[in-house]
Amino acid sequence: MRIPILKLKDYLLVSIQVELDDQTVLTFQEDLLDKIKATSAKGVVIDLTSVDMVDSFIAKVLGDVIVMTSLMGTKSVVTGIQPAVAITLIELGITLDNVHTALDLEQGISILSQLLEV
Amino acid sequence: MTESILVNIKNEFDIVLARQKGREVSKKLQFGGVDQARITTAISELARNIYLYAGSGQITIEILHENGRKGIKIIAADNGTGINDIRMVLQDGYSTSGGLGAGLPGVKRLMDTFDIDSTVGVGTKIIITKWIR
Repeated sequence: MRIPILKLKDYLLVSIQVELDDQTVLTFQEDLLDKIKATSAKGVVIDLTSVDMVDSFIAKVLGDVIVMTSLMGTKSVVTGIQPAVAITLIELGITLDNVHTALDLEQGISILSQLLEV
Repeated sequence: MTESILVNIKNEFDIVLARQKGREVSKKLQFGGVDQARITTAISELARNIYLYAGSGQITIEILHENGRKGIKIIAADNGTGINDIRMVLQDGYSTSGGLGAGLPGVKRLMDTFDIDSTVGVGTKIIITKWIR
Protein backbone atom coordinates (compact mmCIF):
# COMPACT_ATOMS: atom_id res chain seq x y z
CA MET A 1 0.00 0.00 0.00
CA ARG A 2 1.33 3.44 -0.93
CA ILE A 3 0.29 6.76 0.53
CA PRO A 4 -0.36 9.25 -2.29
CA ILE A 5 1.71 12.44 -2.23
CA LEU A 6 0.18 15.35 -4.15
CA LYS A 7 2.02 18.40 -5.43
CA LEU A 8 0.37 21.82 -5.22
CA LYS A 9 2.60 24.67 -6.38
CA ASP A 10 5.63 24.63 -4.05
CA TYR A 11 4.01 22.27 -1.55
CA LEU A 12 3.53 18.56 -1.18
CA LEU A 13 0.25 17.46 0.41
CA VAL A 14 -0.19 14.12 2.10
CA SER A 15 -3.48 12.96 3.55
CA ILE A 16 -3.14 9.65 5.31
CA GLN A 17 -6.37 7.72 4.76
CA VAL A 18 -5.26 4.12 5.21
CA GLU A 19 -4.72 1.87 8.19
CA LEU A 20 -0.98 2.24 8.71
CA ASP A 21 1.13 -0.87 8.81
CA ASP A 22 4.86 -0.66 9.46
CA GLN A 23 5.86 -1.21 5.85
CA THR A 24 3.46 1.43 4.52
CA VAL A 25 4.89 4.01 6.94
CA LEU A 26 8.47 3.17 6.04
CA THR A 27 7.71 3.25 2.30
CA PHE A 28 6.03 6.63 2.80
CA GLN A 29 9.19 7.92 4.49
CA GLU A 30 11.27 7.15 1.39
CA ASP A 31 8.58 8.20 -1.10
CA LEU A 32 8.22 11.61 0.53
CA LEU A 33 11.96 12.34 0.50
CA ASP A 34 12.23 11.18 -3.14
CA LYS A 35 9.27 13.36 -4.09
CA ILE A 36 10.82 16.40 -2.37
CA LYS A 37 13.97 15.83 -4.39
CA ALA A 38 12.05 15.30 -7.63
CA THR A 39 9.78 18.34 -7.26
CA SER A 40 12.06 20.75 -5.31
CA ALA A 41 9.13 21.29 -2.95
CA LYS A 42 9.63 23.95 -0.29
CA GLY A 43 6.98 22.74 2.13
CA VAL A 44 5.11 19.60 3.16
CA VAL A 45 1.77 19.15 4.93
CA ILE A 46 1.03 15.75 6.42
CA ASP A 47 -2.65 15.56 7.34
CA LEU A 48 -3.73 13.02 9.97
CA THR A 49 -7.44 13.92 10.08
CA SER A 50 -8.46 10.35 9.14
CA VAL A 51 -5.95 8.63 11.39
CA ASP A 52 -7.59 7.24 14.53
CA MET A 53 -4.54 5.64 16.09
CA VAL A 54 -0.85 6.52 16.26
CA ASP A 55 1.34 4.10 18.18
CA SER A 56 4.96 4.65 19.20
CA PHE A 57 6.33 3.15 15.99
CA ILE A 58 4.21 5.28 13.67
CA ALA A 59 5.00 8.35 15.77
CA LYS A 60 8.71 7.59 15.62
CA VAL A 61 8.73 7.17 11.83
CA LEU A 62 6.61 10.31 11.32
CA GLY A 63 8.85 12.32 13.65
CA ASP A 64 11.92 11.00 11.85
CA VAL A 65 10.60 11.82 8.38
CA ILE A 66 9.96 15.39 9.48
CA VAL A 67 13.55 15.73 10.69
CA MET A 68 14.69 14.21 7.40
CA THR A 69 12.66 16.68 5.32
CA SER A 70 14.17 19.45 7.41
CA LEU A 71 17.68 18.11 6.69
CA MET A 72 16.83 18.42 3.03
CA GLY A 73 15.81 22.04 3.56
CA THR A 74 12.04 21.63 3.47
CA LYS A 75 9.54 22.86 6.07
CA SER A 76 6.91 20.39 7.23
CA VAL A 77 3.69 20.73 9.17
CA VAL A 78 1.53 17.96 10.65
CA THR A 79 -2.18 18.75 10.67
CA GLY A 80 -5.47 17.30 11.88
CA ILE A 81 -4.29 15.29 14.89
CA GLN A 82 -7.53 14.00 16.45
CA PRO A 83 -8.26 14.59 20.17
CA ALA A 84 -8.08 10.85 20.93
CA VAL A 85 -4.74 10.61 19.14
CA ALA A 86 -3.32 13.62 21.02
CA ILE A 87 -4.40 12.09 24.35
CA THR A 88 -2.99 8.63 23.65
CA LEU A 89 0.31 10.03 22.34
CA ILE A 90 0.89 12.01 25.54
CA GLU A 91 -0.14 9.07 27.74
CA LEU A 92 2.29 6.88 25.81
CA GLY A 93 4.98 9.45 26.59
CA ILE A 94 5.45 10.74 23.03
CA THR A 95 5.69 14.51 22.66
CA LEU A 96 6.75 14.98 19.00
CA ASP A 97 8.97 17.91 19.93
CA ASN A 98 10.10 20.23 17.15
CA VAL A 99 7.19 19.25 14.93
CA HIS A 100 5.10 22.11 13.58
CA THR A 101 1.40 21.33 13.90
CA ALA A 102 -1.87 22.94 12.88
CA LEU A 103 -5.54 22.21 13.41
CA ASP A 104 -6.33 21.50 9.78
CA LEU A 105 -4.94 21.54 6.26
CA GLU A 106 -5.88 25.17 5.69
CA GLN A 107 -4.04 26.40 8.79
CA GLY A 108 -1.17 24.08 7.94
CA ILE A 109 -0.73 25.78 4.58
CA SER A 110 -0.79 29.22 6.17
CA ILE A 111 1.84 28.16 8.76
CA LEU A 112 3.99 26.87 5.91
CA SER A 113 3.79 30.16 4.05
CA GLN A 114 4.76 32.00 7.25
CA LEU A 115 7.71 29.66 7.83
CA LEU A 116 8.88 30.12 4.26
CA GLU A 117 8.62 33.92 4.28
CA VAL A 118 11.44 34.33 6.81
CA MET B 1 -21.06 -15.96 27.50
CA THR B 2 -17.32 -15.65 27.19
CA GLU B 3 -16.14 -14.39 23.89
CA SER B 4 -12.52 -14.48 22.98
CA ILE B 5 -10.57 -13.58 19.88
CA LEU B 6 -7.09 -14.90 19.25
CA VAL B 7 -4.64 -13.28 16.85
CA ASN B 8 -1.35 -15.01 16.15
CA ILE B 9 1.46 -12.48 15.80
CA LYS B 10 4.01 -13.66 13.27
CA ASN B 11 4.64 -10.60 11.14
CA GLU B 12 4.01 -6.85 11.09
CA PHE B 13 0.64 -7.21 9.35
CA ASP B 14 -0.60 -9.25 12.29
CA ILE B 15 0.02 -6.14 14.42
CA VAL B 16 -2.53 -4.28 12.27
CA LEU B 17 -4.94 -7.22 12.46
CA ALA B 18 -4.68 -7.38 16.27
CA ARG B 19 -5.42 -3.69 16.69
CA GLN B 20 -8.32 -3.84 14.21
CA LYS B 21 -9.85 -6.65 16.29
CA GLY B 22 -9.31 -4.54 19.41
CA ARG B 23 -11.03 -1.58 17.78
CA GLU B 24 -13.98 -3.79 16.68
CA VAL B 25 -14.48 -5.25 20.14
CA SER B 26 -14.10 -1.92 21.97
CA LYS B 27 -16.55 -0.30 19.55
CA LYS B 28 -19.03 -3.14 20.08
CA LEU B 29 -18.70 -2.73 23.85
CA GLN B 30 -19.44 0.98 23.34
CA PHE B 31 -16.25 2.34 24.78
CA GLY B 32 -15.88 6.08 24.18
CA GLY B 33 -13.75 7.28 21.28
CA VAL B 34 -10.69 8.11 23.40
CA ASP B 35 -10.82 4.76 25.19
CA GLN B 36 -11.12 2.99 21.83
CA ALA B 37 -7.93 4.75 20.75
CA ARG B 38 -6.22 3.85 24.07
CA ILE B 39 -7.16 0.17 23.73
CA THR B 40 -6.17 0.01 20.05
CA THR B 41 -2.84 1.72 20.75
CA ALA B 42 -2.08 -0.53 23.73
CA ILE B 43 -2.72 -3.64 21.61
CA SER B 44 -0.52 -2.26 18.86
CA GLU B 45 2.34 -1.69 21.31
CA LEU B 46 2.07 -5.15 22.88
CA ALA B 47 1.78 -6.86 19.48
CA ARG B 48 4.84 -4.99 18.25
CA ASN B 49 6.79 -6.02 21.35
CA ILE B 50 5.96 -9.65 20.61
CA TYR B 51 7.05 -9.26 16.99
CA LEU B 52 10.24 -7.32 17.83
CA TYR B 53 11.48 -9.20 20.87
CA ALA B 54 10.01 -12.70 20.72
CA GLY B 55 9.45 -13.12 16.98
CA SER B 56 6.02 -14.62 17.48
CA GLY B 57 3.26 -14.98 20.02
CA GLN B 58 -0.45 -14.41 20.57
CA ILE B 59 -2.78 -11.55 21.39
CA THR B 60 -6.04 -12.68 22.97
CA ILE B 61 -8.94 -10.27 23.38
CA GLU B 62 -11.69 -11.09 25.86
CA ILE B 63 -14.88 -9.38 26.95
CA LEU B 64 -15.31 -8.98 30.69
CA HIS B 65 -18.60 -8.92 32.64
CA GLU B 66 -18.41 -8.25 36.34
CA ASN B 67 -21.06 -6.86 38.69
CA GLY B 68 -22.93 -5.25 35.82
CA ARG B 69 -19.76 -3.65 34.47
CA LYS B 70 -18.30 -4.41 31.09
CA GLY B 71 -14.70 -4.32 30.09
CA ILE B 72 -12.02 -5.65 27.81
CA LYS B 73 -9.08 -7.84 28.65
CA ILE B 74 -6.06 -8.29 26.42
CA ILE B 75 -3.49 -11.00 26.94
CA ALA B 76 -0.18 -10.74 25.12
CA ALA B 77 1.81 -13.96 25.38
CA ASP B 78 5.04 -15.13 23.83
CA ASN B 79 7.65 -17.83 24.28
CA GLY B 80 10.54 -15.46 23.73
CA THR B 81 13.65 -14.93 25.82
CA GLY B 82 11.72 -13.31 28.65
CA ILE B 83 12.55 -10.11 30.48
CA ASN B 84 15.49 -10.12 32.86
CA ASP B 85 14.63 -7.08 34.94
CA ILE B 86 10.92 -6.26 34.89
CA ARG B 87 11.41 -3.20 37.07
CA MET B 88 13.75 -1.73 34.45
CA VAL B 89 11.33 -2.12 31.51
CA LEU B 90 8.61 -0.46 33.55
CA GLN B 91 10.70 2.70 33.86
CA ASP B 92 9.88 5.56 31.55
CA GLY B 93 12.40 6.08 28.81
CA TYR B 94 13.80 2.55 28.91
CA SER B 95 14.28 0.97 25.50
CA THR B 96 16.48 -1.73 24.04
CA SER B 97 15.49 -0.96 20.47
CA GLY B 98 16.28 2.71 20.04
CA GLY B 99 12.75 3.97 20.47
CA LEU B 100 11.03 1.38 18.33
CA GLY B 101 8.30 -0.51 20.01
CA ALA B 102 6.67 0.31 23.20
CA GLY B 103 7.28 1.78 26.40
CA LEU B 104 5.48 -0.61 28.67
CA PRO B 105 4.96 2.31 31.09
CA GLY B 106 3.00 3.99 28.29
CA VAL B 107 0.79 0.93 27.86
CA LYS B 108 0.25 0.88 31.61
CA ARG B 109 -0.94 4.50 31.54
CA LEU B 110 -3.37 3.80 28.70
CA MET B 111 -5.15 1.00 30.55
CA ASP B 112 -6.83 0.45 33.96
CA THR B 113 -4.78 -2.56 35.01
CA PHE B 114 -1.46 -3.94 33.85
CA ASP B 115 0.08 -7.23 34.95
CA ILE B 116 3.28 -8.74 33.69
CA ASP B 117 4.76 -12.16 34.26
CA SER B 118 8.03 -13.03 32.61
CA THR B 119 10.51 -15.84 33.01
CA VAL B 120 13.88 -15.76 31.32
CA GLY B 121 14.07 -18.55 28.76
CA VAL B 122 10.34 -19.28 28.99
CA GLY B 123 8.48 -16.19 27.82
CA THR B 124 6.41 -13.22 28.77
CA LYS B 125 2.74 -12.75 29.50
CA ILE B 126 1.17 -9.33 29.86
CA ILE B 127 -2.48 -8.89 30.84
CA ILE B 128 -4.14 -5.50 30.52
CA THR B 129 -7.75 -4.52 31.15
CA LYS B 130 -9.97 -1.52 30.72
CA TRP B 131 -13.50 -1.02 32.06
CA ILE B 132 -16.24 1.08 30.60
CA ARG B 133 -16.68 4.17 32.73
